[in-house]
Amino acid sequence: MTTHYLVLSGLLFAIGALGVLVRRNAIVVFMCVELMLNACNLAFVTFARQVGNLEGQIIAFFVMVVAAAEVVVGLAIIVTIFRTRRSASVDDANLLKY
Amino acid sequence: MESHIAEIVQHTGGVIGNSWLMIAFPLVGAFILLVFNRFTNRWGHLLGVAMSLASFVVAVLAFFELIGFGPEERRRAVHLFEFIPGMPGEPAMVDMGLLIDPLSISFALLITGVGSLIHIYSIGYMSHDEHRRRFFSYLNLFVAAMLLLVLADNYVGLFIGWEGVGLASYLLIGFWQFKPSAATAAKKAFVVNRVGDFGLLVGMFVIWTSFGTLAFKDLGAEVNGVQNGTTLAIGLLLLLGACGKSAQLPLQSWLLDAMEGPTPVSALIHAATMVTAGVYLVVRSGAFFFPEGSGAALAVSIVGAVTLLAGAIIGCAKDDIKKGLAGSTMSQIGYMMLGAGLGPAGYAFAIGHLITHGFFKANMFLGAGSVMHGMNDEVDMRKYGALRKFMPITFVTFFIGYLAIIGFPLLSGYFTKDGIIETAVHHQPILGWLAVLGAGITGFYMSRMVFMTFFGEKRWADDAHPHESPLVMTVPLMVLSLGSLGLGAYLVLNGTLYRFLSPAVGGDPAAAPEFHFVTTPGLATLALVAVGAAFAWMRYGRAEVPAVQPRGSFLTTFARRDLYGDALNESLFMRPGQWLTRLAVFFDNRGIDGIVNGLAAGIGGSSGRLRRIQTGFARTYALSIFIGAALLTGALLLVGNI
Repeated sequence: MTTHYLVLSGLLFAIGALGVLVRRNAIVVFMCVELMLNACNLAFVTFARQVGNLEGQIIAFFVMVVAAAEVVVGLAIIVTIFRTRRSASVDDANLLKY
Repeated sequence: MESHIAEIVQHTGGVIGNSWLMIAFPLVGAFILLVFNRFTNRWGHLLGVAMSLASFVVAVLAFFELIGFGPEERRRAVHLFEFIPGMPGEPAMVDMGLLIDPLSISFALLITGVGSLIHIYSIGYMSHDEHRRRFFSYLNLFVAAMLLLVLADNYVGLFIGWEGVGLASYLLIGFWQFKPSAATAAKKAFVVNRVGDFGLLVGMFVIWTSFGTLAFKDLGAEVNGVQNGTTLAIGLLLLLGACGKSAQLPLQSWLLDAMEGPTPVSALIHAATMVTAGVYLVVRSGAFFFPEGSGAALAVSIVGAVTLLAGAIIGCAKDDIKKGLAGSTMSQIGYMMLGAGLGPAGYAFAIGHLITHGFFKANMFLGAGSVMHGMNDEVDMRKYGALRKFMPITFVTFFIGYLAIIGFPLLSGYFTKDGIIETAVHHQPILGWLAVLGAGITGFYMSRMVFMTFFGEKRWADDAHPHESPLVMTVPLMVLSLGSLGLGAYLVLNGTLYRFLSPAVGGDPAAAPEFHFVTTPGLATLALVAVGAAFAWMRYGRAEVPAVQPRGSFLTTFARRDLYGDALNESLFMRPGQWLTRLAVFFDNRGIDGIVNGLAAGIGGSSGRLRRIQTGFARTYALSIFIGAALLTGALLLVGNI
């Protein structure tokens, strides 16, 4: 019964991870991260229903809150980088290295 | 052999009960002079003399209290404090206390008596030195340490005093430390003495592990006359210590260089008292580790006999008056060691010679100092000559000391040295006849010294204005020469010293050896001394002494170079030591440093390559995290623990 939800969650997570690895645009990478988070949320909720308690659902809310906070910080950073470098490519921001 | 050593009695009260004052007075003097420094410059020397005299007064009072007891009760121990506490509930490992017995009080009287005279003399001798106060503080320190050495009732206290006199000797040899030669000589004395101290220290370790005590009063019962390999080893180790302190072969090389110190120091430390500490050590340990006829005692005698000849030969070739006297000191301590190896009969003469030598050698050293004082600190006897007219008091007192040391009949040295020679001929004929030969050489080199200094033509430098020294210097000379005159007869005739010492060192008080005036070795000694003196008169009295040192034969060079003792030390110890250090430096540079530096270079190089993986591309990092997470998940699935 819950298998479909889990397969969907896995697919979403894989799409998100692939996006993080292959896309250069910071906004898109960011959205892919959100996709992975939501794939996790889906897995939590599915398992909560399967086990029959509320803990997984509560954790899903926590993840949303953390994700919202992360969006605020992350977007602010991306915008700042874009303003100074006129680019939102994650490969251009590579000064911090050996 | 039955031991006649008296039991040690615990004592409280009276002068003897407070005999720690003897040590405390000079120690406080040294402390005040060193701590209050230049504030005491004006009266520092007076304080130093006063403290030394106070110590002498205590010693004299203690002596009279001691002879108030019967001969068998004259070993009084005074407990001071618990020095090294034992385990809880057990008695102390080392109790610090003083042992006032005939042996130690004889030393205490010599140290404080001659010491005080030399303190007084130094007021005059050091009057032009701006560091006179420092000089007196060191002298006081020396007196305190030397008294601790002879008065302590255990080896630990003795060792502390032993090191204390070593320190004072170091400080005083290097007193004029701005002279590189003095600084080097001080260091040399310190280093050579360390070798001896090593022997004493290891000897004490062996005593402790074998007998469980270091106190003289318990050792007698513990050792109980048993002789085996352990006591022989202890004896030889203690002998090594004695050799270092008393400048006996093979540790003699420091004494001649030690003459770099001011002359009163040479008189007090390097003639009269400190260098005799080795003899004290042997005699004090005699009943335990050097009994008559043991191997250790024989070793003591052999060392003494060899050194007495070596010192005498060195004395023959020295043009420096102080070095000549230093060779003579070595030689005379050789006589004492020879006597100290002959059991109780020899002890009395050894200690007797030690006391009379303390007088006549201090007398001559101070006389030499008086000569130098009048001759702009010139020490080369080739630049003296005919001084008897200009320094009458110095000449007469020096001459008395000279007659005493060559053993002129009825003077101090005659009785004590002849006593040693006679006893030695009786017990160890070969060593005894060597001592007779040594006496003949003594007659030669001492006569040479007197003739070169006080007789003949003047050979002075142009700016020399010889004059008699002030009274503060000559009065100690007079007192010491009185001792050189009569002390020997008083101590030896009737066996006075033998009977006085016998409770402390053993020996049957009823069987005091009689002094024979006419004996074969005695007459042979006198004849040889006369030959030596006559030979010296021909070479240095009648004939003109060349102002420049002639080249001399092979033998002269041999003696001038101190029998190649320094060359021997250099080739045996210094050169190999240098090779060893060079090897160690090489190993350190190439080996140890190589490993450490190589390791550091390796880590640095590999980390330089490793850091290249920090590319700065966020997606690379993300990929590595992803791969890592995937591997971790795969591993967990494989183990099946999820």
